[in-house]
Amino acid sequence: MARLSDPNLVLAREIISRYPLPKSALIPLLHLAQEQDGWVSAEAMEHVAELVGVTPAEVVGTCSFYEMFKREPVGRYLVNVCTNISCQLLGGEELLEHVEETLGVTAGGTTADGMFTVSDVECIAACTEAPCLQINYRYRHRISHDQFDRLVADLRAGNLDDEVPPHGTLARVRQRIPVGRGAGSVAPVGGVEPAWITSRPAPPPPEKPS
Amino acid sequence: MDHQPAGPATAREAVVTITEHPKIITARLEHEDAHTLRRFLATGGYEGLRAALALRPDEVVGEVKDASLLGRGGAGFPAGVKWGFCPPGVWPRYLVVNGDESEPGTYKDRILMERDPHQLIEGVLIACYAVGCAQAFLYVRGEMALAQERIATALNEAYDAGYIGQEILGSDFSVDIVLHWGAGAYIVGEETALIESLEGNRGVPRLKPPFFPAAKGLYLQPTIVNNVETLSNLPWILSNGGTKFAELGAEASRGTRMFAVSGHVRNPGVYEVEFGVTTFRDLLYAPVYGGGIRNGHELKAFIPGGASAPWFFSEHLDLPLEASAVGKAGSMLGSGAVVVMDDTTDAVKAALRLVRFFARESCGKCTPCREGTSWLEKILERILDGNGRPGDLDLLLDVCDNISPTISWPPKQTTICPLGPSAVSPIASAVLRFRNEFEAKLGGSAPVTVRVTGAAYTSKPPATDDVDAGSGAKEGAGV
Repeated sequence: MARLSDPNLVLAREIISRYPLPKSALIPLLHLAQEQDGWVSAEAMEHVAELVGVTPAEVVGTCSFYEMFKREPVGRYLVNVCTNISCQLLGGEELLEHVEETLGVTAGGTTADGMFTVSDVECIAACTEAPCLQINYRYRHRISHDQFDRLVADLRAGNLDDEVPPHGTLARVRQRIPVGRGAGSVAPVGGVEPAWITSRPAPPPPEKPS
Repeated sequence: MDHQPAGPATAREAVVTITEHPKIITARLEHEDAHTLRRFLATGGYEGLRAALALRPDEVVGEVKDASLLGRGGAGFPAGVKWGFCPPGVWPRYLVVNGDESEPGTYKDRILMERDPHQLIEGVLIACYAVGCAQAFLYVRGEMALAQERIATALNEAYDAGYIGQEILGSDFSVDIVLHWGAGAYIVGEETALIESLEGNRGVPRLKPPFFPAAKGLYLQPTIVNNVETLSNLPWILSNGGTKFAELGAEASRGTRMFAVSGHVRNPGVYEVEFGVTTFRDLLYAPVYGGGIRNGHELKAFIPGGASAPWFFSEHLDLPLEASAVGKAGSMLGSGAVVVMDDTTDAVKAALRLVRFFARESCGKCTPCREGTSWLEKILERILDGNGRPGDLDLLLDVCDNISPTISWPPKQTTICPLGPSAVSPIASAVLRFRNEFEAKLGGSAPVTVRVTGAAYTSKPPATDDVDAGSGAKEGAGV
């Protein structure tokens, strides 16, 4: 697909400026690329490499380590079904089977209409709410097979468009540091002791033994 | 005793059961809008920060040391002591918040981030002030979209209101907090892997010693890595005093702590309980907590502290939720994740699922972990498929012994980080206690000659097995 668009480039530069070293923005920029295209393309990785000043190979190295970055297109909705221990004990594996049967694909696969990609994922921190799954990282707690079927129908009908953005958009609220309010990123070299460490009154001298 | 769900008990939000226990970090969750600045300020928000700014930084460290606040991430190291490991005179220092909660069974940091993000932000500010950190990074697990949104909103509110950034509350204390999205990797919960990830690299742990993050961490500068729950305790400690916090609990385990009770109990839920004194029996059986094993079944085993912890059994129920007592018994409280398995649980399947997790999540840096965890998975798979061999139990334990020699507790390591040795816990627990289940799948007796020394692994069931595990549960236990 593509390099970052002009508005995303502005955002990318702002994100880079928050970090002491540009390479720290690598993962946030990969998220930005994935938000733009729904997946992370080779062109996007090359662009990120240029922006943070590393080789494209280093970007691929980082990108390929993390589960959430998809280097090939996936469905509009990523269905992540937890099968780890707490969910396994309460029907997580049966839920995954149901999801696979309902959508007609096995874990890792995408439906022919490009709507759904199914994943068998590790613990997603909803252990007391088992079995659980996520649609594009939005939780569904204690979900029954019937509820899943209704969820699929709702997603296909577009009834949940407000709640569940297409794959790639993680958070719909971004941090913004207001101009003039931010303390600024602090480079790892040439640092000085912060003022507040010594600006308060010194402790009173210990009392002399009488 | 009544218990009320806190906040909206919809299908999408967890139920946090409020009891009459002292509530330190979940107090605000009874309000549906606890995540807003307005509610936060109406319920004592940012008062701990004001209290901190009225003290010298070293006095703030003193309060946290007085509180004996143990890290709530898994390793359980005293927070105040950790802060003291920064070498004097080396600047800048950084604070990194570990919000990468992903230990199987663990569900508490996500609640704190989604439902009370300002409390965490206040804790971050107090820690930065005390340690002298010039910048803070809030590393939040990528898969938690709502937590990302709630924290971003809270940070934006707090910047606008003057709680973050330049000259906070009109003082000479200035610091930026940067929200950083993770991207899916369990190993990044290990603090040096977290730092690597924050530097834009693959999340692979660093060799330590010689350098721990407090001395050389992010960009090789002094760096404090603290867990979300740990930091969320700081506002209360500064508002109420460290000694007040330490009045709760017992031994080294002070204050309160969140425990997620999941699996085969009647009331799975996340409970804030008094640390150090509440027992596992309370947590599993008290009506205000787990409420007992689900209809008509018996307790088979429970994991006391996340997937990495050796399993406990009915003879361990009366142990207090106290770090050193649990350690002596051969396991750990880890990340506050109690997973309960009843008598319907297939021990081989459960062990396989846990080991598959470690095999999938191994970063591949150390050979014993990379190779060992995947072989453990393959051997368990063939046992479960009916293709196991008589020597397989010994082979499993032999691989375990290669990853963690003597299969002891605390575990010895042949690896840089504890991920590999963690895979030993479910295997050694299941093989030694439920050997008959493995042998049934193997179609005959299988020798076990590899020596296993961990106390929980070698624990024996009580002599008489007719003890009603629930009989000792006190009504409203631990209140």
